[in-house]
Amino acid sequence: MNDHRSARSSALASEPLRIAGPRPGFVVGTLQSIRDIHAQRELLGMLTRRELKAKYKDSTLGFLWSLLKPLALLLIYYVAIGRFLGAAREIPDFAVFIYAGLTAWTLYSEIIASGTASIVVNAGLIKKVYLPREVFPLSVVGSALFNFTIQLGVLVAATVAVGAFPTGSRWLYLPLSLAVLLVLATAAAFLLSAVNVYLRDVQYLVEILLMIFFWASPIVYSWALASGEIGRWLQELYLANPMTLVILGFQETFWVSGDGELKPDHLAERLGVALLVGILLLWLCQRVFARLQANFAQEL
Amino acid sequence: MSATTVVKIEKVSKRFIIRKEKSLKERLVNFGRSNLHKDDFWALRDIDLDITSGSTIGLIGANGSGKSTLLKMIGGILQPTSGTVHLRGRLAALLELGAGFHPDLTGRENVYLNASILGLSRAQTDKHFDAIVDFSGIERFIDTQVKFYSSGMYVRLAFAVAVHVDPDILLVDEVLAVGDEPFQRKCMDRIRGFQHEGRTIVLVTHSLDQVAELCDRAVVLEHGAIIADGEPREALRTLRGEFEHTRQEEIAREQEAGQEAGSLPTSKARVEAIRLMGEDGTPVSEISPGQDLRIGLTLQADERVDQPIIGVGIDTPLGQNVFGTNTKLLGRRLDSLSGRKEVEFRLPGLQLGEGAYTVHGAIAADSGAELHRLIEGAQFTVTTGGGSVGFVWTQAEFAGSPT
Repeated sequence: MNDHRSARSSALASEPLRIAGPRPGFVVGTLQSIRDIHAQRELLGMLTRRELKAKYKDSTLGFLWSLLKPLALLLIYYVAIGRFLGAAREIPDFAVFIYAGLTAWTLYSEIIASGTASIVVNAGLIKKVYLPREVFPLSVVGSALFNFTIQLGVLVAATVAVGAFPTGSRWLYLPLSLAVLLVLATAAAFLLSAVNVYLRDVQYLVEILLMIFFWASPIVYSWALASGEIGRWLQELYLANPMTLVILGFQETFWVSGDGELKPDHLAERLGVALLVGILLLWLCQRVFARLQANFAQEL
Repeated sequence: MSATTVVKIEKVSKRFIIRKEKSLKERLVNFGRSNLHKDDFWALRDIDLDITSGSTIGLIGANGSGKSTLLKMIGGILQPTSGTVHLRGRLAALLELGAGFHPDLTGRENVYLNASILGLSRAQTDKHFDAIVDFSGIERFIDTQVKFYSSGMYVRLAFAVAVHVDPDILLVDEVLAVGDEPFQRKCMDRIRGFQHEGRTIVLVTHSLDQVAELCDRAVVLEHGAIIADGEPREALRTLRGEFEHTRQEEIAREQEAGQEAGSLPTSKARVEAIRLMGEDGTPVSEISPGQDLRIGLTLQADERVDQPIIGVGIDTPLGQNVFGTNTKLLGRRLDSLSGRKEVEFRLPGLQLGEGAYTVHGAIAADSGAELHRLIEGAQFTVTTGGGSVGFVWTQAEFAGSPT
C-alpha cells in the first residue's frame, strides 16, 4: 500500500457511512432534501441555462420567440374579444389589462406544463446518475422565470406607453402575487412530474386543465364582468381559485386605469392565505415527490 | 493498517415488477385484478458485499445476472427492495458516457454541464477545462454542437470529463472499450493512475481479460446471487466453467428440439479426456522450452458425426488463448466418427515462456458448430532458465552496442 492509498484510506475512515441515494423518512427527510438541493444549486443554474440555450439554439430570432407568442395572443384577444365582442368598451386600457394577466398566466402554465414533463424528458440522465431529482422541475421554474422577466419588462414599457405607470404601494401586490404563483406552480410541478412517471396520461390531462383554468381566471374578461353574472356563492368559489387572486394582484399593480372598477374585497388578505396554503402544499408535494422518486429509474 | 470499507452492502435484494399495462384505462379496467397483470422478477437476492478503499473490483457474470443492477444500486440510482447500501466518500459514475450531454449545446457547454452533473463546481471545471479538452483531443471542435460529433468524439469528450472528476469511488459500466486504440490506452493509463492514487474502482464488464488485467478482486454474479468472490483468477475460472455449462445445456436443448422437429439430428460427441505426453509417449506435466508436446484426445461419439473438426488449444490460467489449432486449419479432412476414438496432435519444439498453462480440446461438426469443448482438460508448467517473461520463449541475449 503506497502513501496515496493509505492517506485516502485514513481520510475516508473519518467519514461516516451514508446511505446511497435518497434518504428515507417522510418528515425527517425534509431538511435533508433542502440541503441536497442547496448543494446542487450550481447544477440547477447550469440546467436552467441549458433549457434556455437549447430551446432556441438554432433559430435566428432566438429569445425573441418567447416574447412573440404572448404578443400574438395579446393581439388575438385584443381584436377578437376586446373589439369584436366589445369587452374593451367596458374595460379601460384593455391591452395593458390583458397583458398583465397573460404575463402571470404564461409563467404559471409554463412551469406546470414543462414541469410535468421534466422528469420523463430527462429520463436518460435519471437512469444513469443519481442527483436530487428535484433539480429537474426546479430548472423549469428557473427558465420560466427568465422568460417571465422579459415579458415583465414589456409590460412595464407598455404602462409607460399608455401613460399610466404604476406608482407607490400598488407595487406591493406584485411580490405577493408572484410568491403565491411560484409556490403553487412549483408544488404542482413536483407532484405532477412524479406522477407522470407512473402514469403518462397526466401530461395530457394537464394540458386540458390548464386550458380550462385559463378561462376560469379573469385574464381576458374582468372581475366586474364575471361577478355580475354569477351569484354570491359562485363568486366565492371563483375567488377560491388562487390563480384568480394572483391575476387580480397583477392587475392591481399594472392596470392603473382599472382603479375605479369593481374589485373583490380583502384581496391582500386572500393572497396571504393562499400563500400559506401554497407553502403547506409545496411541502406536501415535495415529500410525495421524494417518496415516489425512489422508483423513478426503473419506471422510466 | 487495515483498509477502510467504502461500500457496505448488506442483505440487498431487488425485485422488479413487470407490469403489462401502462395507461389509465388499462389500470382502471383491470383494477383489483392487477396482480394478474404483474410479474415478479428478482434481479438480486440477499447480496452482502464489502468493498475496501483502494481496491479495484470487477463485477462479472452472464447477461441478466444482476451486475448492472448492483452497480446502479451502489450509485443510488435504484433503491433496494430490502437491505441497505452504505457509502463513504465521493462517488462518480461512468455509467453511460455522455448521458448528460445535450445534443444542441456545444462541446464546451456540455463539458461544464456534465462536470456539474458529476459533482464538479464551476471553479473546479474552469481549472480542469484545458486538461479535459487536451485529454479528449478534439480542441478544434470544442465550440461545435455535439450533435455534429462522430460517436468517437462524443465518447472521448465524455470520458475526458469523467476522469477529471475527483472521485473516491468510481463506478464503471462497460465503457472502457471505446475510442480508437491510442485513446483506449490513454484511458487505461488513467485508470491505472486512479488505482495508484488509492481510488476505489468498481467495474462491470464482459471483457474478462480486462478484469484479469485491472482488478485485484472479482465477484461473479449469477441469477442475482454471488457465486464466487475473490482472486480474479479463481473467479474467472468459475465464470468460464459456468459459461461452458450454459453452452452444454443449450446444445442439449437444441438437440432435443431438433429431434422433435424431425430435422437432421445434431450429433452428440464429447471430448472425454486430454493426455499430455513427451516425445517418447510418457505422460508429462512439466516441460522445458523447445521440447515436443503430444496431446492425446479421447473422443466419444454416441451418434455418427460426419467429417468432424477436432481442435486443441493452450490457455493461460486466466483463460487467454496462447495457441490453438484444429484439423481444418491443418487441412485434414476426417472421416466419420462414431463410438470411442483416440486422436493425437503433435506440437514439436514448443517455445512457451515460463508459467502454468491449461489445455483444452474441442470437437465441432463440419459446419463449424462446436459440439463440445473440454476446458482445462490438462495442465502443465513450463520452466525456463529465467531471463524473460511472457508467453513466448527464446534464448534472448543482450548484445551491447553493435559494432
